[in-house]
Amino acid sequence: MAAAAKAGEATLRHAFGNVLSFFILLLIGVLAFSIRLFSVIKYESVIHEFDPYFNYRVTQFLTKNGIYDFWNWFDDRTWYPLGRVIGGTVYPGLTLTAGTIWWLLNSLNIPLSVETVCVFTAPIFSAFASWATYLLTKEVKGAGAGLTAAALLAMVPSYISRSVAGSYDNEAVAIFALIITFYLYIKTLNTGSLFYATLNAIAYFYMVCSWGGYTFIINLIPMHVLLCIVTGRYSSRLYIAYAPLVVLGTLLAALVPVVGFNAVMTSEHFASFLVFIILHVVALVYYIKGILSPKMFKVAVTLVVSVGLVVCCAVIAILVALVASSPTKGWSGRSLSLLDPTYASKYIPIIASVSEHQPPTWPSYFMDINVLAFLVPAGIIACFLPLSDASSFVVLYIVTSVYFSGVMVRLMLVFAPAACIMSGIALSQAFDVFTRSIKFQLLRILGFSEADAGDGSSANVVPENDAVKVDKSEETIKERPSRKNKKKEKEQMEKAQAEKTSAKSKTEKRLLVLPMELSVIGLLLLVFMGAFYVVHCVWAAAEAYSAPSIVLTSYTHEGLHVFDDFREAYAWLRHNTEVDDKVASWWDYGYQTTAMANRTVIVDNNTWNNTHIATVGTAMSSPEKAAWEIFNSLDVKYVLVVFGGLVGYPSDDINKFLWMVRIGGGVFPHIKEPDYLRDGQYRIDSQATPTMLNCLMYKLSYYRFVETDGKGFDRVRRTEIGKKYFKLTHFEEVRQS
Amino acid sequence: MGVRRKMALRFDLIIFTILLFASPVLSDLILSKVDRRIDLTSQIVRITSTLKVENEGSEPVSEVLLAFPDLQVKDLALLKASPHEGKGKVKSLSASLPVENVKPNGMPAALTFYAVKLPKALGKGDSYTFDVLAVFAHALRPFPEKITQADIQLVVFQESAFYLTPYVVKVQSLSVKLPESRIESYTKLENTKIHGSEIKYGPYENLPSFSYSPIVVHFESNQPFAVGQEVVREIEISHWGNVQVTEHYKLVHGGAQNKGEFSRLDYQARPTIRGASAFKYLIAKMPPRVHSVYYRDEIGNISTSNLWGDSKKTELLIEPRYPLFGGWRTAFTIGYGLPLKDFLFELEGNRFLNITFGSPMNELVIDNLIVKVVLPEGSGDISVSAPFPVNQWEETKLSHLDLTGRPVVVLQKTNVVPEHNQFFQVYYKFSKLSMLREPFMLIFGFFSLFVAGIVYMHVDMSISKSSAAYLARLQWDEVQAAIQQVENVINRCLTTHDKLEASLRDLSRTGDVQACKAARKAADGLLKELSKELKLVLSFLQSSSAASQILPKVEELVAKEKDLQEKVMAKHSTVVDCYEKKTGIRDSENRVAAQQQKITALRQEVENLLELIDEI
Repeated sequence: MAAAAKAGEATLRHAFGNVLSFFILLLIGVLAFSIRLFSVIKYESVIHEFDPYFNYRVTQFLTKNGIYDFWNWFDDRTWYPLGRVIGGTVYPGLTLTAGTIWWLLNSLNIPLSVETVCVFTAPIFSAFASWATYLLTKEVKGAGAGLTAAALLAMVPSYISRSVAGSYDNEAVAIFALIITFYLYIKTLNTGSLFYATLNAIAYFYMVCSWGGYTFIINLIPMHVLLCIVTGRYSSRLYIAYAPLVVLGTLLAALVPVVGFNAVMTSEHFASFLVFIILHVVALVYYIKGILSPKMFKVAVTLVVSVGLVVCCAVIAILVALVASSPTKGWSGRSLSLLDPTYASKYIPIIASVSEHQPPTWPSYFMDINVLAFLVPAGIIACFLPLSDASSFVVLYIVTSVYFSGVMVRLMLVFAPAACIMSGIALSQAFDVFTRSIKFQLLRILGFSEADAGDGSSANVVPENDAVKVDKSEETIKERPSRKNKKKEKEQMEKAQAEKTSAKSKTEKRLLVLPMELSVIGLLLLVFMGAFYVVHCVWAAAEAYSAPSIVLTSYTHEGLHVFDDFREAYAWLRHNTEVDDKVASWWDYGYQTTAMANRTVIVDNNTWNNTHIATVGTAMSSPEKAAWEIFNSLDVKYVLVVFGGLVGYPSDDINKFLWMVRIGGGVFPHIKEPDYLRDGQYRIDSQATPTMLNCLMYKLSYYRFVETDGKGFDRVRRTEIGKKYFKLTHFEEVRQS
Repeated sequence: MGVRRKMALRFDLIIFTILLFASPVLSDLILSKVDRRIDLTSQIVRITSTLKVENEGSEPVSEVLLAFPDLQVKDLALLKASPHEGKGKVKSLSASLPVENVKPNGMPAALTFYAVKLPKALGKGDSYTFDVLAVFAHALRPFPEKITQADIQLVVFQESAFYLTPYVVKVQSLSVKLPESRIESYTKLENTKIHGSEIKYGPYENLPSFSYSPIVVHFESNQPFAVGQEVVREIEISHWGNVQVTEHYKLVHGGAQNKGEFSRLDYQARPTIRGASAFKYLIAKMPPRVHSVYYRDEIGNISTSNLWGDSKKTELLIEPRYPLFGGWRTAFTIGYGLPLKDFLFELEGNRFLNITFGSPMNELVIDNLIVKVVLPEGSGDISVSAPFPVNQWEETKLSHLDLTGRPVVVLQKTNVVPEHNQFFQVYYKFSKLSMLREPFMLIFGFFSLFVAGIVYMHVDMSISKSSAAYLARLQWDEVQAAIQQVENVINRCLTTHDKLEASLRDLSRTGDVQACKAARKAADGLLKELSKELKLVLSFLQSSSAASQILPKVEELVAKEKDLQEKVMAKHSTVVDCYEKKTGIRDSENRVAAQQQKITALRQEVENLLELIDEI
């Protein structure tokens, strides 16, 4: 780089910079992909958790039966006896993506299994997502910030948690779609090109296909448009960026079966249409302003405003009446629980029962975004100097996503890219200031005349380079682009730094310059912080987020111990029961049972029918005879219960039992939560209530448990069980794992 | 015991039919000594018979007939005759005698006959001794058919105490070897002795042809009854040095069905008692230097396996996900790589693969075995030589980097027992050059990708050379070049300014006014030249319509630059004047400072403009 720059040939330097950025991006992609392979290396190439199994099963169906059968797929293997229309109730983006990749590979004679493709979809798309982040940040604050943000995103733990190899879930592709949609929006906003506007609509369509979180986009972008209009930043570019997106995007969104007419009928989309109207009014006003003289314009304004107000009031009144007439005010339960964090726990226990719908704790912020939390404020400040359309958008993005992440843990995922972009900007700006300061100071020390500074600037990059090269390679990757791009950076941005006060005395200098020592120390601290971030991310990827949850491992003094009981049970069901047998279990295990055991389940993780889930919950919390009657009426032949009291696996059915009672009780009032609690405490020892000790779940879990150690000591609850010797009268133990 | 009676009845029926169709003695052969050993220690029944034939007639005889009841024949997996070489040397492959299915006239219908060709015809009075090994796959029947987890597994085996043969037998004996000494019941005939886990019948002397006396043995057998309902072995040859074997198993426990519940608790506590009939693991004997072994099923890796080995062999112990009780099923896949040089050889321009046919699993009965040999793309003249009859057909398989597909030889055989684990050969022709095809394809692919990239970047792809958009773009390109030039010039101007500043600094240090003036002169000349250049470019920009958008900015830039130039010159002359007159330094400093401020501001503006234009 230095050599090329010395040549003084601007174009060559440009080209070289591009090549360098390209390779850095390539490396970032490799990093994003490979940091997510810990799960494959430590465990195996397998689909993780619960929802991914469903997606995997759908993908299998898609690859086997083709796209048309997929749209029309009525699945009778789940929600027995209701069944489920998969084609119309699933976000098809992920499935279609993986299906396309698989089809492409197979038509190129690369015989990869569907499973392999599914396992590696998430890492591939996280590489794409970091490239998209580069593009987005580049639009906002230049290539240096872009590269930094991309590198940060490639390894942000929050995103890793949802996109490790095997985590084949909607979010894996949705984050990429989200960022690329934002990028194209900003790009259109910056260029005013209809080409990008169309691409933007397509990207939005992909996002709608992929994830329910698309409502975030269709609310955030109108908010930004509104912000631009209010702050007097209306331009034709804004119009081009927004109007085609709403029209094309809504039309395309309505094509997705699961969205359909929701795209125009639910309140989540309402804001976009309102802003669409406002935008046109504003455009009209600007147009009229252009053709009328200022005086005439004033007259026209008073006229229009008085008439328009009346009309608006009427329209809004009608709309409010319409919206208010529906019980949920036209909002879906999940969206409502976003707007009112207490909504779910009050009205919908099934949403509240999912741990990822709970509000996050403070440590989880540190765990998931680490040092980015400290860099974000600096990034926000940098975005305000100067405030452009693009930077106002990212500010809005981070503000809204911080709120959402505070409501639901899983929305931390939406927050993470924003945090990365902000931190990328902050880091890049800080590096810029520090390195330039060092350069100027060096020049002064070496006694170079200022005249040489222009020519020799790049030559002097070299010694600096050496100074920093001792640090971690990631750091150098981050620094170089920022240095490379310093020429492009606008001077005003520099003033964003808190140290700007010291700059005033040096007004004759072209740029803000800090004392040498301060710069070096600052630089070292930043590098140290970056290194800390990298170490934390690698640790999180390797230790915290790589467990597939269907295989459990524990280290004992004898070495690695593998618990593969889930798959043992599923494999047994798969091979040794009749094809049409029905298996009842709590809904957590529904997807896995259909995918791994290929047996019909009563309820599964797609919690679309609360009553049905409540029925199973009731059966589990009823005494044996009543439970048998319920299960018999559902043709259930096998009941799957997960019990971890022997080995100390905490997320078993006994710990989830209270939710079964709550959800069951919500529909069938004869199940009352207080019956299962002794003095408001949930216990299973001798103090437990008789209702508890006689319910099916208790009996199935602790059947012959006392024979294991003679006392019946539950290692999860750390207590001896209350009722030790009993017999099952209506159920028969088929097998244990 | 009801079942036994029924079986006995069935055997009576056979005998009845036999007697009905019994014809006079077939030839003049007699069996002077028959010694049979039945091995029941595993689920596979192996009957080894040592026959001594004698020709009592006058005509030379070269064929000996072996008779089996049809009921047994459907379970017959392997029938092999070999010359008797004494103990321990019975199994030598090369010396086996040809055996074929025959249908001699006038024989009972319920029997199937096989003819053993003797190495040379027996003349009058000659005798010959040979061994016959008959292996049956499903000859043991569990009884009772359903047991609980705690029960032991009992099986029934039925045979004839007398050797069923169309010849007269002089002396014969039979021994039945059982896995354990626990025997539920067995048919007692005269001369029956029990010896630990071995039952001995005989010797019996001078029995007529087709003598038959059913015996039933009911005994405990907790050996794994592992039955592969379908096993597909895929052997893929890569000439880059690897033979990849992938084996898909569909396994079932073929013993007594498990009824009732399975309690892990009981099984874990006392696996030998509460789960005696279950089998926990299988052992596969693999060739040495096997590598990359995996063991998985359709829902992922199965972690319960163990691999160890030495230079002679490798052993893989695999446990299914759950212990298999009677009637339980499982399915899994194992795969491993083998070094090519151990299995592929060259012979007169032909290559041949020499590899074992059956599954490496111990004591596994396979109902339907399919062996697929995937040869590299481009091989031809394929022929197979197998030591026993197999169904054979060819397929093609498309895999990595294939264009036409790889030829696949498919061999299919039912009722496979470990004795079938013999080497078979696949001969084919494959030229060494074909090996290079795939790397070249890759190289060519990438090469053409890059060429396409270069071509795309350098070739004008527009369709219409006269369309407005195209012309506009061309113009725009020119304008951009011009602006680039402007920027260059301005940058050079700025550099010149910097030089002037530097000369001023030198002046303050050295006081060399002359040098400073010289610098000024040079700068003046340079700047004049530059402004000339600038004018040229500007006039072009003014004439170009495409530049109208950017022109104001450029003009502003040029104006600002000119302004800056003047200011710098003014400052320069002020300072130099001051120096020359050596007076009013303080005064001049003030003036210079004011000028300097303006210069800095201007310079700022110029640079901002430069960047702005750069971005456009």
